Amino acid sequence: MSLSRNEMNNIAHLARLEIAEEEVTAFADNLSRIIDFVEQLSQANTDDVLPMAHPLDMVQRLRADEVTETDHHQKFQQNASSVEEDLYLVPKVLE
Amino acid sequence: MHDKTISQLSSSLQSGDFSSVELTTHLLDRVERLGPHLNAFVTVTSELALEQARAADQRRAAGDAGPLNGIPIVHKDLFCTDGVLTTCGSRILDNFVSPYDATVVGKLKEAGTVMLGKTNMDEFAMGSSNENSSFGPVKNPWDDTRVPGGSSGGSAAAVAARLLPGATGTDTGGSIRQPAALTGITGLKPTYGRVSRYGMVAFASSLDQAGTLTRCAEDAAMMLGTMAGFDPRDSTSAEKDVPDYRATLDDSLDGLRIGVPAEFFDDGLMPANKTAVEEAIRELEKLGAKISEIHLPNLGLSVPTYYVVAPAECSSNLSRFDGVRFGHRAEEYDDLTDMYKKTRGQGFGAEVKRRIMTGTYVLSAGY
Repeated sequence: MSLSRNEMNNIAHLARLEIAEEEVTAFADNLSRIIDFVEQLSQANTDDVLPMAHPLDMVQRLRADEVTETDHHQKFQQNASSVEEDLYLVPKVLE
Repeated sequence: MHDKTISQLSSSLQSGDFSSVELTTHLLDRVERLGPHLNAFVTVTSELALEQARAADQRRAAGDAGPLNGIPIVHKDLFCTDGVLTTCGSRILDNFVSPYDATVVGKLKEAGTVMLGKTNMDEFAMGSSNENSSFGPVKNPWDDTRVPGGSSGGSAAAVAARLLPGATGTDTGGSIRQPAALTGITGLKPTYGRVSRYGMVAFASSLDQAGTLTRCAEDAAMMLGTMAGFDPRDSTSAEKDVPDYRATLDDSLDGLRIGVPAEFFDDGLMPANKTAVEEAIRELEKLGAKISEIHLPNLGLSVPTYYVVAPAECSSNLSRFDGVRFGHRAEEYDDLTDMYKKTRGQGFGAEVKRRIMTGTYVLSAGY
């Protein structure tokens, strides 16, 4: 299959990725080739195959609902590009 | 000193042939002289290393030294290291100073190892040649016109060049095993769940696993024994005891049955690689193992499966890089969505973008 520029721009939008106009075709060609390649999976007979969530046959662990983490927000926020009064700043969303 | 293995260094340190400070100083000198040409390092932590080496020497003087005490190592720049730059080979994290240690880093630190720095890698561990790093490609120390393999290429090159006796790496789809093969060292991807993923920057969580790059199996056993074990902070960590890997290294292989999948020996295999694998099989046979040919008829489906699973998980995992809580943020943008797009467009390299979009397609097809 071959993805159109429109489809490619939509995928980039869903992924929140800006891609240059001149790169769209190359990305579309690459992704189309990958889709063709993985298409062979649809031929595989999986009738008797049980879905596997973990190779070690484990169950999902649960823990008591207790506070285990302490507050390190000042240390964490040193990595943020914009912080004010302990809050992460982003462009205004609501007018 | 730099030609010794971890186990030899451990004995030398214990018998007082040299101190950890002397060893660390010697290796730091090699890292400074040879590291830049190989481009194996993103960060060299000289001061921190000497501080850790001094502390290791003091512990030894106090009679409190385990086998890895004072041994210099490096971490792939994908492991979070408290107070030290952790870039994952990406521009989007080129200012990220981790506020905590990965479990693997913490365990090796507790065992007394000395961290000399963080090694270069394919961006977010996506690549097999180490040409996809935003810090430039890593060279193979045996021939600098060749690649060292990837994505743990910096760790592999550093160990192969005798800059360090051991390094951590991670392996999602070959990222330890392949660079180890291309640089002639020992690489081990442990069974999934054996080593905690806590504090590893996630690429494909159901495949990512931390392991070792060393010069011999004994050193891999020493490092893995320290790194492995249950960690409640990793939801897929195996609740299994860690055996003393080193204790059984000289055991006979009598009674061990090893299956050799016939499908691996198809026309795509390079003759030199085929010969090397066949020699290894004969060696295992000599040691007492019984070799049986087996068949994995669905082997051909594994790579197409990987091309669905890995990018899908990558797309989800890398959504956290949005320029809000950490990492690069674009200078100019119109609104929040535009900030995300420009930040990610500028911060990610081409290969990472390709995989994110493949994953986004896989996860959104049909909607």
